[in-house]
Amino acid sequence: MKQTSTNIQPDSSDLLPDEKSGKVRCWKLTSWKTRVFKDKLAQYSITLGGNSVIVAIVLIFFYLIYEALPLLNGAEIEKIAEYSIDSRLSIGKSYYTIEEQGEIAAKFDHSGQISFFDTPTGRIKKKFQISIPQGEQISSFYASDAEDRGIVYGLSNGSLVVARHEYLISFPGNKRLITPQITFPMGEKPLKIDPSGQALIKVAFEQNKDEATIIALTQDKRLLMSRFVKDSPLYDNEISSKRFDFEIPLNLHQPDKGIQQLLLSKDQRRLFVFYQDISGRSMVDFFLIERFLIEKLLNKKSLIDDSPAKLTQQVVLAEASNPVTYVSFLTGGISILVGQDSGRISQWFPVNLEDIGYQLKFVREFNNQQAAIIQIVPEMQRKGFIALDKQGVMGLYHSTAEKTLLIQQVSTTQGTQLALAPRANFLLTLDAQDKAMFWSVSNEYPEISWHSLWQKVWYESHPQAEYTWQSSSASSDFEPKFSLTPLAFGTFKAAFYAMLFAIPIAIMGAVYTAYFMTPAARGIVKPSIEIMEALPTVILGFLAGLWLAPLVEDNLPAVFSLVFVLPVSILLFALLWQLLPEKIRQAIPEGWEGFILIPFLVLMIWISFALSLPIEAAFFDGDMQSWLNNKLGLGFNQRNSIVIGIAMGFAVIPTIFSITEDAVFNVPKHLTLGSLALGATRWQTLIRVVILTASPAIFSAVMIGFGRAIGETMIVLMATGNTPIMDFSFLQGMRTLSANIAIEVPESEVGSSHYRILFLAALMLFVFTFLFNTVAELIRQNLRKKYSQL
Amino acid sequence: MIKNPITQLKDCFGTGEPWVWLSAAAVSLSLMMVFGLLSLIAYNGLGYFWPADLMEAELLNGDKKTVIMGEIRETETVPAQQLREAGIQLTKEEQWLKRILLKQGNRDIYGLDFRWILEKNIANKHYPKDLLVIERKEWGKLYGRLTGIKENGQFIKTETLYQEMQSRLKQVHQLQKKVNELLKQQLGPINTRLETLRLYEKKIQFDTSKLSETLSNIEEQRQLLNQKFSQYQAEVQQLYKIMASDSILIQIASGQIIEVSMENIVQVIKPNSMNILEKLGHYIHQIWLFISDDPREANTEGGIFPAIFGTVLMVIIMSILVMPLGVITAVYLHEYASQGIMVRIIRIAVNNLAGVPSIVYGIFGLGFFVYFIGGSIDDLFYPEASPAPVYGTPGLLWASMTLALLTLPVVIVTTEEGLSRIPGAIREGSLALGATKIETLWHTVLPMVSPAMMTGLILAVARAAGEVAPLMLVGVVKLAPALALDGDYPYLHLERKFMHLGFHIYDVGFQSPNVEAARPLVYATALLLVFVIIVLNLTAIIIRNRMREKYKELEPH
Repeated sequence: MKQTSTNIQPDSSDLLPDEKSGKVRCWKLTSWKTRVFKDKLAQYSITLGGNSVIVAIVLIFFYLIYEALPLLNGAEIEKIAEYSIDSRLSIGKSYYTIEEQGEIAAKFDHSGQISFFDTPTGRIKKKFQISIPQGEQISSFYASDAEDRGIVYGLSNGSLVVARHEYLISFPGNKRLITPQITFPMGEKPLKIDPSGQALIKVAFEQNKDEATIIALTQDKRLLMSRFVKDSPLYDNEISSKRFDFEIPLNLHQPDKGIQQLLLSKDQRRLFVFYQDISGRSMVDFFLIERFLIEKLLNKKSLIDDSPAKLTQQVVLAEASNPVTYVSFLTGGISILVGQDSGRISQWFPVNLEDIGYQLKFVREFNNQQAAIIQIVPEMQRKGFIALDKQGVMGLYHSTAEKTLLIQQVSTTQGTQLALAPRANFLLTLDAQDKAMFWSVSNEYPEISWHSLWQKVWYESHPQAEYTWQSSSASSDFEPKFSLTPLAFGTFKAAFYAMLFAIPIAIMGAVYTAYFMTPAARGIVKPSIEIMEALPTVILGFLAGLWLAPLVEDNLPAVFSLVFVLPVSILLFALLWQLLPEKIRQAIPEGWEGFILIPFLVLMIWISFALSLPIEAAFFDGDMQSWLNNKLGLGFNQRNSIVIGIAMGFAVIPTIFSITEDAVFNVPKHLTLGSLALGATRWQTLIRVVILTASPAIFSAVMIGFGRAIGETMIVLMATGNTPIMDFSFLQGMRTLSANIAIEVPESEVGSSHYRILFLAALMLFVFTFLFNTVAELIRQNLRKKYSQL
Repeated sequence: MIKNPITQLKDCFGTGEPWVWLSAAAVSLSLMMVFGLLSLIAYNGLGYFWPADLMEAELLNGDKKTVIMGEIRETETVPAQQLREAGIQLTKEEQWLKRILLKQGNRDIYGLDFRWILEKNIANKHYPKDLLVIERKEWGKLYGRLTGIKENGQFIKTETLYQEMQSRLKQVHQLQKKVNELLKQQLGPINTRLETLRLYEKKIQFDTSKLSETLSNIEEQRQLLNQKFSQYQAEVQQLYKIMASDSILIQIASGQIIEVSMENIVQVIKPNSMNILEKLGHYIHQIWLFISDDPREANTEGGIFPAIFGTVLMVIIMSILVMPLGVITAVYLHEYASQGIMVRIIRIAVNNLAGVPSIVYGIFGLGFFVYFIGGSIDDLFYPEASPAPVYGTPGLLWASMTLALLTLPVVIVTTEEGLSRIPGAIREGSLALGATKIETLWHTVLPMVSPAMMTGLILAVARAAGEVAPLMLVGVVKLAPALALDGDYPYLHLERKFMHLGFHIYDVGFQSPNVEAARPLVYATALLLVFVIIVLNLTAIIIRNRMREKYKELEPH
């Protein structure tokens, strides 16, 4: 303590000899005021310190919530600007896009004019004109996949022009400058598609670095296909590609008004032809396009007879009462979105079924808009989309999550068009008079809903709805699969097997230790159990994965037989022990049974393992794994639930053991003495009196043990295969929530849905174990009160 | 009176004696598991360092005979059926066969370290005294005979090849030491200063007033440093050249002769000619190397010094953080807070936090400490380092803080338990003599509680040393490029990543490409970790028991 100069008494007042030096040490007494001040200061600082630590602890909980909560956020749009972009009226419907940064939008009208304008102001930045031969018109228009940014103009003379809008980014003077430009990947001159020169009334186009496909419908209802295949990867221009032309035989089911729309998938393997049949039903013809082998093509003679596009299925999309009004791909080009007159939007995708092959399946629907859908715009990077209906109401949806994020009126005039920025953060609405509204969209976590986290979800291309956790993939077209169900299932499965192993051993052992053992024996057992509790789980996991798992795999019969052999042989041993002469029995004092049994148990285990191979050879055709697989249909995995049960059981035993032991030991002695005095045997007393009294504590011990098993990470990380499957079999592994966090958090992008879901998983673990432990603790406190009253 | 056996049986079960035995068996089983596990680790971990004898034998493969060499690791009996299924030709009568697991070494030549061989195919098993075990820096061990020594491609003529080789090896190792010193003491600091300069240069870009002057100054310094750097580098190159000049020729089992450069050799021994004392000496030396050396070959060989160092440093920083906080909270809860429902809730909550899964602390540490606090620190104080994070990435400080949070409940609970064991009479006595509350606490109560605080600290340390899951998220790495404590200012680098014993076990055991060869090393690491943790826990148990005894006397009877 720091000394102050204001002494109330002289130095010599309180003299104590210093033990070490023998000198006289002086205790200086400080003034009362200083001391009170110090006392107060200490009081406040300790209170402050204590409280802030408690706050810090509470912070964990709130921080987890803070990170997970944004998942619940819905979507919002906010108008940033409103303007008119162009005085010249467009002919027909125009098409609009926004570039990556959301700074520039482009307008493509049916006269072939392309205008780039600033999104915040509507100021025209640049104009282009597609050159069209004299006297011809643009008869059709198609925008290819958003990532490719291709625009196709079908012309009235049977040719077409493919343009591409590109944006160069430069940094003059450290400021970002985006320069829009138009390129022509298939040449600037119109490309003849129909040799007979009929107008192309519908076109579709997709390209990638190896090939390009053009589909065109002529005025006289022929469906033409032109394919451009790069034959030499050395030259990266259109000249080096080879062109092949086909005619796809159209066999429409009772066609009526002609074809409404063509859709060609991004991978150029699927073609959808939408039309209405004679009764007004909306139909789709679904074509699969064969992979192109250039050698095969070069040998072809008649290209019309051997079209690579094969009609696979004719499907009724909608009845005449509610016809299809708009169709679009979802990003990735696998699913199609079908908008209808009533405002219903449905999602369909082809599924590869065994025996049948590809079939277009109805997957899910959204019924939140009231008027005919006039436009659907998919998001570029996620499986979400925006739909606009006739009344100017916009709906923001996510397909996987089956979630309608937002329904909002964005326009009151007819003929409104939508454009969505590639990052889905900006939205542009334009009406027929080119009055534009620019919106910012905040929609960060559309893929998360109760449905996508916990229920069966029908993922793209999967044959049926299922629970899947598959959070990441290399491709951006990938549909993230965020089902927590298999993880939660794995967590509980692992904990269940651990408890199955731990509960009998821990509770019986604890009861025996507390009730029968001599103090000397307890003095050995209790520290051993504490050591058991202190063993790092990484070591248990390592042994489980690298030592126990192969051991179990090689000695399956031994493992199974031990379950029966051990209890039965111990009971037999006990019976034989009773039959032994009194003299030998009394040589071993009561309370040391546990130690006598050790050599016997070692012997039994050794026998089981020694007999393992002969048993396997005799009863299981020499290989129990394949026997289980063939006869019982149980697939065997080396990292299975048995291994987990034993390893995690090992980790849980000491927890349950200590609490149970404590409770049983503290059962008031007069209860047991009374029972024994009345003639009950020690086992009867134990069962009828002791355990009954201590049962709440035993229950809470099991709860705490369960809580520990739920959250254990290293053991499951190392000893399970970490495959997120839902399989009840005890010969299969699992992936738990905790292991999943450990594996995936370091790689997940901060603030992404994936990152927040992992926080949600952590929050769940936190809340679950916290609740379990609290309930257990309350039970124990009540019991302690009861004991003290007895 | 002779009882009917069935009645006897009924009586016996009626008393419940067999069930008592069954529950006794549960205790035996628990004990067997604990001690079995410990002995398993000890056996495998300690055996790793023993210089095993090198066997030479002939392997019969049909009519062909080949010579094999290696250490016998394991012998087991397998059913003949299993081997037949694996495609091995066997006669019908054979039911059971013995096979041995041979560590054949020479991974660069054979591709695999280990090989199963049927015992019946082996003939003429013997242990020649001149076989060498050459431990290399790369490709693991090499087994064979020494046939010559070369210096700059010329054979050295000498009678005592082995001694000559050992003395040359010693020289090479001395040179190696010199190189290491140069790298660490000269080149390392120069590098650090160059990096500091670069960051400083970037930093002053923000402040343009005195730019040109300082820039030229920086350039001058940089040139000076670069000059020094290349000078030392040349020196190092020279030393490397000398080291590379010597090599030895080794004839391996197949008769092939292999040249091994001396600079690549860690040590050479002749296990078969060693007597038990020499082996023991070598054994102890190996253990020392294991504890004091750096890892090699993606952690599967060499020592674990950085992991030990990292664990200890992390635990120390954690203790410095957790002790004051834990003790203050315990004192607050027990001595200052008014004992109502609120404190009861807090107490239960603190208690339960010990049961919250450690991975939850890990993800909290990553999100809150690393990304939130660390990210903010980077934005405020290290804008010049961006986009490379300084504190906004997992590191020692964040790992220590996360574990401090994790072990806080342990310290609070143990300290509070200690406080509640102090009889009220002692406090009242002190207060009655006129001491203030803080004086009572400081001079009377806390000294008496110190064993409890010690127990808390030991338990916290034991828990922290064994915890891996949260560390994987907040700062532990497979291989840290530099220790967090070194001679460069500011000496303690809290932002650096570090290695950890527990993570080392996980990483080498599960993430390494050659798990089979690395397994003994994992056992040895596990043994060390278990040993440390058991010693810590036993100390805590002993202190706690002593304390209980001591305060039993003080309690009113």
